[in-house]
Amino acid sequence: MSAEAAQAFLARWRPGPLMPRGDARDAGLVFVIAVLCFFACLAALAALAADRAAGGWTAQLQGSATVLVRPQGGESADAAAARAAETLSGVRGVSEASALEKDKALALLQPWLGKAALTDDLPVPRLVTLDLDKDAPASAAELQEALKADNIDAVVDDHSLWIKDIVRAGLWARAAAIGVFALTAAAAAVIAYAARSALAARHEIVEVLHVSGAKDPFIAGLLLRRFAGMAFGAGVLGAAAAAAVGAGARALGGGEGLTPALPVAWIDLAALLPCPLLAALVAALAARFAALGLLTSMASKANSFSKDWA
Amino acid sequence: MSRNPGQTSQSPDAAHEAEAVLSFAGVSMRYGRAPETLRDISFSLAPGSFHFLTGPSGAGKSSLLKLIYLAARPSRGLISLFGQDLAVLPRQQLPHLRRRIGVVFQEFRLLDHLSAFDNAALPLRIAGKPAKTYKDDVAELLAWVGLGSRLHAMPATLSGGEKQRLAIARAVVGRPDILLADEPTGNVDQEMALRILRLFLELNRQGTTVLIASHDHDLVARSGMPELRLEQGRMFAPEAA
Repeated sequence: MSAEAAQAFLARWRPGPLMPRGDARDAGLVFVIAVLCFFACLAALAALAADRAAGGWTAQLQGSATVLVRPQGGESADAAAARAAETLSGVRGVSEASALEKDKALALLQPWLGKAALTDDLPVPRLVTLDLDKDAPASAAELQEALKADNIDAVVDDHSLWIKDIVRAGLWARAAAIGVFALTAAAAAVIAYAARSALAARHEIVEVLHVSGAKDPFIAGLLLRRFAGMAFGAGVLGAAAAAAVGAGARALGGGEGLTPALPVAWIDLAALLPCPLLAALVAALAARFAALGLLTSMASKANSFSKDWA
Repeated sequence: MSRNPGQTSQSPDAAHEAEAVLSFAGVSMRYGRAPETLRDISFSLAPGSFHFLTGPSGAGKSSLLKLIYLAARPSRGLISLFGQDLAVLPRQQLPHLRRRIGVVFQEFRLLDHLSAFDNAALPLRIAGKPAKTYKDDVAELLAWVGLGSRLHAMPATLSGGEKQRLAIARAVVGRPDILLADEPTGNVDQEMALRILRLFLELNRQGTTVLIASHDHDLVARSGMPELRLEQGRMFAPEAA
């Protein structure tokens, strides 16, 4: 190499990577992390959807109640409903009470009985719909007591029967959140194992770095950057795949997603954006702690190994 | 710096201990539960001294060097390096000492995925020096050891002699206070061995304390430098060796 060639080499020289860039096992590791990220993202989408379903239902059920009025004696159904609405509007915790008109009550029955069955002589139950105070809603017992005091035969439905659906949606959200945590922990464990393996496989490089004066955090940092970069790429793949599945569920199922219990919204997909960064962060922490642990262990056992290890 | 090749003591008094860059006092070492590789070793090296560490294969030369470059710990005895008692030195402080030591491994231990230039620059890079501050120095050093035309070469493409010189360049690039070399002429011909010896002598003239493990009696004799002789894990006085 001439002096000019040496100068040209120095002009374009950039420091090479102190750890080899990768090996044959990297592709498998990226695949595993990508799969874990994919399932973690799906679980996150499920948690968001289930939480939305539970929250929406809770708001609806807590804010309203329905009263079924049965006329007594010669009182007409409309008159009984009007009297019940008047009674209930005076109960503390009720914002508004209104008797449902006959046409609206028939409209509610039409999906169940069909249009032909809705004749004029059909005994249609009268309903009173209540908007309850959001801060201190009246209880079903209080409503029932007020109706009984005014001698009105009625049944109060505070929608408590539907609470089990809320509970179920809440369980979905909790299970999904636990799933995200478990998958994240699994990814961290896989990366920690891979980092320890990578370091152990390169112990000769590690010894040269040590003898040359490298500190443990410096060596751990080399692995940290390598695995963080790998996890970031895997996170992009996993999040993209999960986003495709979520978008498919939203597109196929409309606003309710594939099931009313898991109503996916387009905005939920934005929650997947941090996935690559989170994957990189988890990988960085796992690789750092694993590497530091192994380096400490190697140092403490230096004389326990063969001469080549020492 | 005053030249004092061969200033060694195997029964150092306190004053001599204080000025020695390295001193061993009753040091033994074993691997795992095996018999002791080194037994009751005591000696010290003065700053700027030059010694050969001789002895047959298996005598413990490499193990002794490992103790000095902090890749192993003694099972007994005390080692003082640059005035620091290694028995009480926190592990976090070891890198600072290691940066003052240059090591030429018997099997070179070059990093195969890095170029010759990157290998030579490794200690400076680890020390955190910016590349622009050492690029020219590393190139000059490689030219000095005869590798000026091989800056970009990967270790796998270098001959045994070139690898040896590259390993030496890596060991001395940080201007270490102590240079350790394990059989540095074991893989080269006589002419190259003498060239490497001249290189070490030049470094020693510049103030580096040099300790070379070798069983090349001819080289030791040519150098005229004193030797520390190991046999079956024990060190013998130069006069007795």
